[in-house]
Order: sequence, then C-alpha cells, then structure tokens
Amino acid sequence: MIWNETVECMSRDDMRKLQGIRLKQTVERVYHNCEPYRKRMQEKGITPADINDISDIVKLPFTSKQDLRDYYPFGLLSTPMSEIVRLHASSGTTGKPIVVGYTRNDLNLWNEVGARCFSAFGLGKQDVVQVSYGYGLFTGGLGAHGAVETIGGTVIPMSSGNTEKQIMLMRDFGAVGLACTPSYALYLADAMKDSNISREEFKLKVGVFGAEPWTEEMRRELESKLGIKAYDIYGLTEVIGPGVGHECECQNGTHLCEDHFFPEIIDPKTGESLPPGESGELVFSTITKEGMPLLRFRTRDLTCLHYEKCECGRTSVRMSRILGRSDDMLIIRGVNVFPSQVESVICEIEELEPHYFIVVDRINNLDTFEIQVEVKDNFYSDEVSKMIAIKKRIAHRLQSVIGLTPDIKLVEPRSIERSQGKAKRVNDKRKFNS
Amino acid sequence: MLIKQLSIFLENKKGRFTEVAKILGDAGINMIAFTVAENSDFGILRLIVSEPEKAKEVLKEHRYAVNSTDVVCVQCPNQPGALSKIMKIITEAGIFIEYMYAFSMGDRALVILRPDNVEATVNVLSENRVELLAASELFRL
Repeated sequence: MIWNETVECMSRDDMRKLQGIRLKQTVERVYHNCEPYRKRMQEKGITPADINDISDIVKLPFTSKQDLRDYYPFGLLSTPMSEIVRLHASSGTTGKPIVVGYTRNDLNLWNEVGARCFSAFGLGKQDVVQVSYGYGLFTGGLGAHGAVETIGGTVIPMSSGNTEKQIMLMRDFGAVGLACTPSYALYLADAMKDSNISREEFKLKVGVFGAEPWTEEMRRELESKLGIKAYDIYGLTEVIGPGVGHECECQNGTHLCEDHFFPEIIDPKTGESLPPGESGELVFSTITKEGMPLLRFRTRDLTCLHYEKCECGRTSVRMSRILGRSDDMLIIRGVNVFPSQVESVICEIEELEPHYFIVVDRINNLDTFEIQVEVKDNFYSDEVSKMIAIKKRIAHRLQSVIGLTPDIKLVEPRSIERSQGKAKRVNDKRKFNS
Repeated sequence: MLIKQLSIFLENKKGRFTEVAKILGDAGINMIAFTVAENSDFGILRLIVSEPEKAKEVLKEHRYAVNSTDVVCVQCPNQPGALSKIMKIITEAGIFIEYMYAFSMGDRALVILRPDNVEATVNVLSENRVELLAASELFRL
C-alpha cells in the first residue's frame, strides 16, 4: 500500500520544485540559527539568497561525520534546546557518539516516513509487529515503534535480546511483522528452528530489516529460513533514523523519502556531483527537519540512484543496495575488500551457514586475511579431503570476486558469535601493531 | 555387518577432545575405537561407540557437528601376512579405501575399513570367507 500517494507518486518536476522550496527554507533556518553553518557559507561567499532552486544545492558546503563529533553535543542544533523533545545518539565505537536532537515536528515527520516504509512492506492496522531493534539511544527501536503506531498496527516493543521470550511472544501474540537487524533475524531463525515450535504456529510474513548493510544473498537466505518476505528499511541516525528509505513489493531498489531527505551521489575523492546512475558516495540534505538539519551530509555509503518510475507506482528515486560503507572497506594487500562481498560469496555456497568472521592481521609485514565460516550440519564429513575441497571452493570463489585469496578456516557449528544488534564481522588487528 | 561410525568435526583447540569424552562418559556411552584425522585447523574424530544413536543425540545437544557413516570391521589372525590377504581381495574387487584403523589384541586383530563402496566390500569379503564383525559383537569386546 502507498501511504502518501501525493508525494510518493509526484511527478519528477513537481518533486524538484518542492525540494527547491524546502531547501531554501532549510538554508535560511540554519544560516540564521546555527553558527557553524553560517560561518561555512560565509567562507564560501554564499547567503540564503543564492539558493533558489534544488540545483543550487551544489553551492553548499559538505557536512561530515567529523563535524558532528567536533560540535558534540549540541553545536549543530538549529533550534533552542527548549524546542528539542528527544535526543538520540549513534553507537559510535570510537570516541564520542554522534548526537541528534528532534523537535516535536521532527518526530512527526519521522513517523510519517516510517509509516511509508511499513505500508510499502504490506503491513497495516490489522497487523502485529514485533520490534526487536534495540530501544534506547539507538534510533532503530523507537523509530520502528513510532512507524508501526502511525500506520495503526499493534507494536510489540521487544527490543533486542532475550531470544526465547522473543520466540514465545512472536508465536503467542501472532506477530506478522518482525523488525530487527538482518543478523539478529538470522540468529532468531536458528533459535526458532531449535525451539521445536513448528513454522505453522507462527504468523510471521514480513521482515523489516536494516541498520546494517546486507546483501541480496542474505535476503534469499532469510526469506527461505523464515518463510517470509524480507524488506530493506534504510536510515541513518544523523539524518533521522530508520525511514530515510524503504523497498517496495518489487524489491528492486530502496525508495528514498526525497521530499524530506534530498539525496545526491558524489565522487568521494573530488566531491563532484555525479550524474544519475553512476556509483559514488551518497550525500543527504535534510530539507524539512528543524532540530538538527544537515546540509550535504556525507554518509560514506557507496551506492547509485535511479530516477525511473517504479512498477509499484511510486516515482520516488530508488537507491541500489549499499555496496558498503567506505568506512567498512578493508585494504588488504592493496586490494579494496568490502565485507558485503565476502557475505555474498558465503551465502551462495550451499554447504555454508550465512555467518562469517573476517580476521585481518599483519605478520612479517604481510597482510593476512582469514575468513572463518561454519559448515551446515549435514555437510560435515568423516573425510578430511571433502572438508578441504569445501575450503578450496570458497577460497576460489572469493578469489574470483575480490581478487584476493583468503585463508578459509572452518569452525565448529554455532561458534561464530551471533549478534543481537549490529553484527561485528571484522577484526582488523593491524591497527594495533602497525 | 555394517557398523555405524560417528564423525565429529573439532577445531584444533585445547580441550576439545576432553569435552567430547566427558559428554559421552556422563551419558554412560562407551568408546570402542576411534581415530583422529587432523590438519592445520581442524580434526575429524571418527568414533565407534556402544550406542551410536544416543551418542549422536547428546553430542548434537552440545552443538557438535556429528554425522554417521557405515564402516566394516574385519577380524583376522594377529600374524604376519593376514591383513595383506584381505587387502588383496579388496583391491582386486576394485574397491578404494578412504581410510582405515586397526587394533590387535592377543591372537586376533580387528581392522575398521571405510571403503568407497560398503556393500561391495561386505559382499566380496563374505564370499572370500573373511570374518566380519557385527556391531553387537564389537560392543561386547
């Protein structure tokens, strides 16, 4: 179902006009209310009067993740604290977190875009949705929560963890939707299998997965293991949280809520805007937010944008699957490696469970690249040669995809840590001894 | 004449076998024979036990990767040349042995064979009057 047909199916021309008007308002807001933005614009010699149309956006300075850290905690707010009704923060693993303040209108708009997502996944007021994203500073739990309430569905505010109870309530409350990270969904799938409760006792039909990059292969794995349709919900704490974009029933790209979050693709090296269809770094400008609007925020996510009308009827721009976050990229023996590439290969190999862990180290000035994988129960053989053949096949497939031969290490079943939130799949030991 | 052998995948880590032995011991399961094939990062423990189904179940409960395979147990006199005769029969029948392990006690020797074709092995050995041990006999040793 399309939640807001007026904007989701708006003509491209009307959309650009609307975006232009909203951008101008946002630039005025930040220029007059937020000193760091005003200074940057002055340095570039521009004022709000120079922004009249959405195409003028390229005149504006970029905002980086580092800027958000530098102005920690409230330096980038464009409203007085008295207008801020909620704070969220990213789970930054290093140093200070990134803090985002929301006004009441910001929360309303977040619910609006969230409602578009859940409607696009086929969920509605008759459906029970289990929200197993973490509740708290992380935007996942409360973001999904607000979205389900807005469409009139029934929310089970589970948060993450306590897997046995998750499964019990999923069955007893008849959850039709499950919202969590794809890695936690896999964990739940295994636990459901172990619980000896038959699939028929669950009403689950729809997975709302996001908060970490995942591949098409992972989707197929989740759909077959859980017997559901698995949809991507996209979001970033800095921009608003889950709800920046969503897939539709066509599962052919992530529709962005571009009347609120204007996307651009740039060359990550030069900062130049790239034409539609080209891959590069995704940049967002929030054009309706009040609390902490962001101008040209560099996400570090690598993807491309498509502007053709979708078969679902929506005209909103679609984003390809995120190739990886430029932050996640590993450079091993000079080769760029994204964990998502490893994941797509692992999920394709019949004998393997879709779990992996990458260990990178530097020994005697040479990078080592180890991938730990689990073999599915029935493929563990009594013959060493068969196990070695599996190892060789994985190494060969990875070599052809990423151009680098990893050491494959077969590990015991369930020994790779299952994540209950965002999965940690890489240990790069080089940082500590180089 | 087929014997169920369990194979268990173990990472090369300290204490893995100790744990398996404890789990089986606690479940009252007796080990009759075993061998470990190892390489740099893992080992495969092949094991013949008194109650293979029960052993498989308890090991699975402890999240071990356990599978079972049919193997053949040959009994021959514990004297020079005895095994060579049996191997000749197998080779001439065109059967390939994936792996084997053996133990001798007193005047007899027992050899566990894992051939590529179990049925053909049983047939050709029976035709040549080689003594094969049934699981029940092996467990009584």
